[in-house]
Amino acid sequence: MAEKIVLNMITQRSIEEGQAMEKGKTTQEYFKACSVVEMNPDDMKRLGILINTNVKVTSEVGDVIVKAITPTQFCPPGLAHIRQGVWANQIVPPRTQSTGVPQYSGFPVTIEPARNERIKSALELVQGSVGLWKGGA
Amino acid sequence: MPKLITQVGCPYCGASCDDLEVLVSDDGKKILETRNACVIGSEIFHHATNPNRLKKPRLRQPDGSFKEIEYEEAIDYTAKALLNAKKPLIYGFGSTNCEGISAVGRVAEKAGAVLDNCASICHGPSFLAIFDNGYPSCTLGEVKNRADVIVFWGCNPMHAHPRHTSRYSIFPRGFFTSRGQMHRTVICVDPRETDTAKLADMHLMVKQGHDYDLFNAFRTVLRGHKIPEEVAGIERAKILEVAEKMRNGRFVMIFFGMGCTHTDGRNHNVDIAISLTRDLNDHTKASIMAMRGHYNIAGPGQVWSWQFGFPYCVDLSKGTHAHMNPGETSSIDLAMRDEIDCFVNVGTDAGAHFPIDAVKHLKKHPFITVDPNICMASEISDLHIPVRIVGVEEPGVVYRMDNVPIQFKKVIDGPESVPSDEELFDRIYVRICELTQTEPIWVHGKAPVPASTSRVK
Amino acid sequence: MAELLIKNGFVVDPSQKMNGDVADIAIRDGTIVEKVGSDAKVIDAKGKVVMPGGVDIHAHVAGPKVNAGRLMRPEDKLFKSPNAQEHYRVEMGFSIPSTFKTGYDYARMGYAFVMEAAMPPLHSPHVHEEIHDTPIIDEAALPVFANNWFVMEYLKKEEIENTAAYVAWLLSATKGYGIKLVNPGGTAAWAWGLNCLSIDDPVPFYDITPAEIIAGLIKTNEYLGLPHSIHIHQNSLGVPGNYKVTLDSLKIAEGVKANNKFDREQVMHSTHIQFHSYGGDSWANFESKAKEVMDYVNTHRNITVDLGCVTLDETTTMTADGPFEHHLNSLNHLKWANTDVELETAAGVVPYVYDKDIKVCGIQWAIGLELGLYAKDPSRTFITTDHPNAGPFTRYPRVIKWLMSQKAREATLDSLKYCSKVIDATDLHGIDTERTLYEIAQMTRTGPAKALGLSHVYGGLGPGLDANVAVYDLDLNNMPTDPEEIEKAFSRALWFVKSGQVVVKDGEITHHGNKRTVWVHAKVRENHQVTRDIQDKFLKNYTLGIGNYPVWDHLAPNPYVIEVDGEA
Repeated sequence: MAEKIVLNMITQRSIEEGQAMEKGKTTQEYFKACSVVEMNPDDMKRLGILINTNVKVTSEVGDVIVKAITPTQFCPPGLAHIRQGVWANQIVPPRTQSTGVPQYSGFPVTIEPARNERIKSALELVQGSVGLWKGGA
Repeated sequence: MPKLITQVGCPYCGASCDDLEVLVSDDGKKILETRNACVIGSEIFHHATNPNRLKKPRLRQPDGSFKEIEYEEAIDYTAKALLNAKKPLIYGFGSTNCEGISAVGRVAEKAGAVLDNCASICHGPSFLAIFDNGYPSCTLGEVKNRADVIVFWGCNPMHAHPRHTSRYSIFPRGFFTSRGQMHRTVICVDPRETDTAKLADMHLMVKQGHDYDLFNAFRTVLRGHKIPEEVAGIERAKILEVAEKMRNGRFVMIFFGMGCTHTDGRNHNVDIAISLTRDLNDHTKASIMAMRGHYNIAGPGQVWSWQFGFPYCVDLSKGTHAHMNPGETSSIDLAMRDEIDCFVNVGTDAGAHFPIDAVKHLKKHPFITVDPNICMASEISDLHIPVRIVGVEEPGVVYRMDNVPIQFKKVIDGPESVPSDEELFDRIYVRICELTQTEPIWVHGKAPVPASTSRVK
Repeated sequence: MAELLIKNGFVVDPSQKMNGDVADIAIRDGTIVEKVGSDAKVIDAKGKVVMPGGVDIHAHVAGPKVNAGRLMRPEDKLFKSPNAQEHYRVEMGFSIPSTFKTGYDYARMGYAFVMEAAMPPLHSPHVHEEIHDTPIIDEAALPVFANNWFVMEYLKKEEIENTAAYVAWLLSATKGYGIKLVNPGGTAAWAWGLNCLSIDDPVPFYDITPAEIIAGLIKTNEYLGLPHSIHIHQNSLGVPGNYKVTLDSLKIAEGVKANNKFDREQVMHSTHIQFHSYGGDSWANFESKAKEVMDYVNTHRNITVDLGCVTLDETTTMTADGPFEHHLNSLNHLKWANTDVELETAAGVVPYVYDKDIKVCGIQWAIGLELGLYAKDPSRTFITTDHPNAGPFTRYPRVIKWLMSQKAREATLDSLKYCSKVIDATDLHGIDTERTLYEIAQMTRTGPAKALGLSHVYGGLGPGLDANVAVYDLDLNNMPTDPEEIEKAFSRALWFVKSGQVVVKDGEITHHGNKRTVWVHAKVRENHQVTRDIQDKFLKNYTLGIGNYPVWDHLAPNPYVIEVDGEA
């Protein structure tokens, strides 16, 4: 059992995200759909966590707390997926290989258990990052 | 009597379905029911009549709260913000019609802004590949009527384009494909076993980030050369088998998505996909298509190509000509280099979809959102201007993922006094002309329409 | 009342047989009139040539393949907009200019009308969006028909009436002008990666030949009495030895008489004939057959042609001849775009460099000019470059220079690397014909207007016509000895009046004019079978709803609709 594991992160679309997004990015549905990381059960085992445990995902540019779930679409060991959206973009490296497109997929992250940490709302994350968040911490 | 409107376009994904049926209330103000739409499309139509819809612009106050203001004031604010900036960026257009995109082009040219659209963070690398290698493609009806080998590479229509497979690519019975799915061999290349992969006859679980290697292996095999025992996590036998399927297909169709453009290699992945398509045309008929994300995200690429010569990353700040150099004039790169001193987010949500570091940079300067809905960008904006929803309250031309123009109708009247994107930007343009004491240019003798009149199209 | 008087110019107007007569042109409210009042604004054209506005019968200026070219070729933009003006929209692009630049540059050359030569019906809203954004110049577009499923199915059964009903419906739905044929049957074959290289090659699956499609569409066109004839890009374009196919398809028009109320005499317009006048059987023995082709055209009055002159530039080829672009790509290996359009057509785009250092390019250049010089009737032979295929339309003044000056031709011939080989493979070196201004006006004004059935609007300066008047800096009595001056004069009109509005002065745009979209509305008897067939194909085979197919009126806000009574 490791304290943290390194996985290869991709952030892509999902229908859950699409539907929730059209309902509104401040809705509970959007929160539920996007504040999750999908990873292979073997990787969870390696990390010693159970399904639905909060984890901290850290990339070269930042970190985010999300809930670890078993993939709704099979993810091989070593690969992790955060659905595209606010949580994913807290850790997506903005480097573009001079093409304009950030590294949305295929960047290394470390994942560690964060059982007692709170998952922030979309608004808290985005407004918080630019000093506009007025809600509680 | 409620009215059933048929052949309605869906303003969600790049499949741009135009077969929706919408039941509208007597007074033409409420949507009662939508038929044929996917779950996401339904959501858009029902969300439109949500009572909390914004009907006035909101301006950020010194204490951080929003205050409702009149459109005139918002237009004046935007015009001045654009004029005061050295290098404003107008970005978005995932959810706008071409009429709006065209109006924004006029504003950007006048204001010396950079114009960019969501392709910049999606299929921008596909444009780069097209610049180098071309684009042997077709309309989706050709896929429906002819294609017998379908390859989904780094794309997941079951999630991103929910009705793509039923309308165009896997299930429909076309003229030469009368047995529908039975007629087709479906191949999916993806590092995950996606719901699209589950539908496929063959799934190649490529090692993430190694798409180029696998494309290269296919080209090598098709040219009659040997390949190693395993490439990109796929066994040689499997590669040979799939290559044979492609070679023997009568019409091979390759769809590709963010799995190619969002990861290492970017444009090179697409470039070699195009080369594979070209190679296949020596053996049979083959075509390739980018799975464009939004219902009209091909639109800005078309409109700006005919107006400025470039599909995206159009820098008009030089005043005399348009300049495009992705990596230099692309939104994320401009933001990260702090070159942008005013940001206008139109019909998209940069707040949610840009890496947060880029958002932080952009937020150092005036930040304006033009969008019907509350989104992350609107909630950090200095000014949020609501507009009508294209495809629901506003008609317009949109370009499907295969660049086929579709004339989307409207199904209900928008909230009174809320303008369309086109009307709003025409008024901003006129205001800029007033402020700079110059004559507006309407190449087609067009005069701006006041927001209060709703035009019948 | 807006009145204008263009005074004392040398008027060159073949429609009135005026060959440099000094005369005044009077204009009121956008129309040419006999005379105007003393308050009319006066333009002094003394010592200058006055011509009707130019009419371009064939250019690819708006629509999906033009835009594919623009999108695909950023390199076509850099440092290539020398005419851009302050206070006007930005102008980008050389061989595939932006819509703004297209409108401005045509106006600068004194052109009033251009025909978009190939509109894929499914993409017609796109074509009209671009036309909408092209300032000043009036435009129409020809939908392509020769690889269309409906057309092939009806013509296979020789159902002219049904074909006509379908054509009439499609013209209205797409706001189109007439019947365009591109590689009949060959483009349909391309949907399976194949082609039809002669007019007797059967189209795969459809069991019809190109010859039958051509003959059927000629009949359909005359049945309807459309203003324009069929407008054909023949099979086997750009292939050595293709002149035989060209002659074979021209012969299909033999004996057919034009039926229309628009003063049109031809039943077939054969476009960019340069690309179809090739001899030899390989690029090694490639040679001109301009004489053979033009001899035939000269003796058959029911045919018109346009030249498609190669201008020796780097350009962008684009055509609904999908298999040709694939073939061209296998020759030059540059980037290749293709779009197959469901049930209707296809298109390809490939950049191309007509290099002075390549023998074949030199021969192609010579063939275009030979055709223009061999023509016995300049009013049936029109100047085009098949823009942008053989060169950009902005080179028309250069083509005019070559046609008007043997000296200019010889200078260019001399500059070719394989000059002597080009001389061997063509007749150009021995031709001393020099076209006159009158003949140039026939080839760029009167002739194309008549062939389009638009001589009541364009191509002349007679009273009642649309007031499109170009004034060029050429003194008829003292024509320049330096041919470059001819090119310069035609590149930038001194004045250009479009529909009565001064839009160009001293070669600079002064106004956005009053641009119109021209299309044909052909009335036919209600045809239930065709209506059912259309509905059926939209249900089963198209991916678009039939209700979303016809082009909205507001996309063409300033229409000029030509009504045709196809029932009569």
